[in-house]
Amino acid sequence: MQANHSTPTPLSADVRRVMRRPVRWTMIEIAFWILAVLSWFFLPEQHLILTEIAGIAIFALSIDLILGYAGIVSLGQAALYGAGAYASGLFSIYVTGEPISGLLVGAVAGAIIAFATSFLLLRGGDLTRLMVTLGVAAVLFEIANQTAWLTGGADGLQGITIDPLFGHFEFDFYGHTGYAYSLAVLFVLFVLSRLIVSSPFGISLKAIRDNPLRASAVGIPVAARQVAIYTVAGAYAGIAGALFTQTQQFISLDVLSFQKSADGLMVLVIGGTGYLYGGIVGAVVYEMVQDGIANLTPQYWQFWVGILLVVFVLVGRDRPRELISRLTARAGQMRKSSSETVISKRQET
Amino acid sequence: MLTLLFDGLAYGMLLFILSCGLAVTLGLMNFINLAHGAFAMAGGYITVVLTNNWGVPFLLSLPIAFVAAAVLGLLLERTLYVRMYEKGHLDQVLFSIGIVFVAVAGIDYVMGSQQQILNLPQFMRGRVDVFGVGVGIYRAFLIVVCGLLAVALQLILTHTRFGSRLRASVDDRRVARGVGIRVNVIFAVTFAVGSGLAGLGGALGAEILGLDPTFPLKFMVYFLIVVSVGGTTSMLGPLYASILLGIADVMAKYYVPVLGGFVIYIVLVVVLVLRPQGLFSRMN
Repeated sequence: MQANHSTPTPLSADVRRVMRRPVRWTMIEIAFWILAVLSWFFLPEQHLILTEIAGIAIFALSIDLILGYAGIVSLGQAALYGAGAYASGLFSIYVTGEPISGLLVGAVAGAIIAFATSFLLLRGGDLTRLMVTLGVAAVLFEIANQTAWLTGGADGLQGITIDPLFGHFEFDFYGHTGYAYSLAVLFVLFVLSRLIVSSPFGISLKAIRDNPLRASAVGIPVAARQVAIYTVAGAYAGIAGALFTQTQQFISLDVLSFQKSADGLMVLVIGGTGYLYGGIVGAVVYEMVQDGIANLTPQYWQFWVGILLVVFVLVGRDRPRELISRLTARAGQMRKSSSETVISKRQET
Repeated sequence: MLTLLFDGLAYGMLLFILSCGLAVTLGLMNFINLAHGAFAMAGGYITVVLTNNWGVPFLLSLPIAFVAAAVLGLLLERTLYVRMYEKGHLDQVLFSIGIVFVAVAGIDYVMGSQQQILNLPQFMRGRVDVFGVGVGIYRAFLIVVCGLLAVALQLILTHTRFGSRLRASVDDRRVARGVGIRVNVIFAVTFAVGSGLAGLGGALGAEILGLDPTFPLKFMVYFLIVVSVGGTTSMLGPLYASILLGIADVMAKYYVPVLGGFVIYIVLVVVLVLRPQGLFSRMN
């Protein structure tokens, strides 16, 4: 698969079509993004919550890249998120409040932490990975807690001011700019991850996820690929953190807490892993549930989220994704010619 | 110095009692139960309510806490956990995070979010001087109780019929079933005892560790560290690991307060990188 660029090997028409299928945008996807853009115009009251949803979606997207595509389980994604949040926050205080460069700083910070700790993930199985990621996040939490002179410790980092976007659009109180900005960032990152997962690199990740031993037997450098995707996911989480900093203009230690990692994981699995939209769907559902419950019982919404999670796992967490893929398949059926669907059906089974 | 060593030992013993139930579920049954701390918290709250509100003697409330947590564990095992054994690690993680959230919010609702203070009986308080070492009576009590329990557990696991049946069920569920071992019953009893021990640990530790609704989250990492550092081939691994971590933690917090919070995590990461199977287990 690697050699495709340099030495073109003849592929049969069927194979080529199947390879191209995940790259092509379906109607339902295009409709989804049009709806997302329309929400900016038609839901002006909801911009604050929508901003939050976009941010969580990016965070969940980052987890999907490593969990859904590379099969790496992590309980410490907050480490990367928090690194991005603090890096961009400090950058805005000490260097410049320009938002785009702040995002880049967040991305770099997340990627550096991810790259540095990725080597810890290469040994051991699921359990070791869960423990190591948990440990790394806990260490970063402690560092942020201890270095109060820099991070503000338990009081949170204050004094963050963000310049207007492109020098024009102020980050306002109602989240109008914030939402447009977050949605644009989400879209760019989404398109990028879509390219990544359907590239030969992404396909090799799926091979590693499904069977690392077999993947290494066909010549895929397993460890290098895992380090690479973990670093990319780190950059994503860092951007999510930076986005949070910029839209909230405040950071507390929560960004590094276990709760944050658990939230991200939860959001992703609610939407379903391994098809990129999981994070976005999950973020919408999760925020709506949280908002709805919080209105009913402000203090104890966690209780119901917990119940939801237990029921969800007991029922089987693949169910929502199956539902969505069935809907997509139906939408695709209407569009595609019947012969093409037969081929894709045959490939799926 | 010796006093610190003694405090560290007591702390380590406490960690052992809190985590040994997890060593069984996580290590032997291969179930990632992040909700283990919830059972410990249940035991702690039961003891606080019994001794403070109902005037039950402290020493009597300890076995009650054990039994209550064990019953709770048994109920959850039979209704929920049993469905999760065959599922993947990620499902188990999510499931137990859900349980933690429910427990945290539930206790918050019933008992309020404030720190609970356990009224120890008079004879448990204070310190005595033994050869110039300040020995807290309660801490000495902890070391004795936990030490006895550790020995008893190891003996049960290695020297009784139940222990060998448990080990057989863990090694190969199907074969164990085939030779007539009632695997489900064994697992249920084991899980109940593990939860009960957690409850007892929570009851004993309420004084030292503090008790509030965030307990399961706050100490989750500690329990997991003990188990992953100790390995799970026997009860002795977690015991050594708990003592090591307890002493390291107390010492570090006293001598290098700046680094105090990290030491336990650094130990974790180093051990897992060097020996993914745990410090005290044989590599296979």
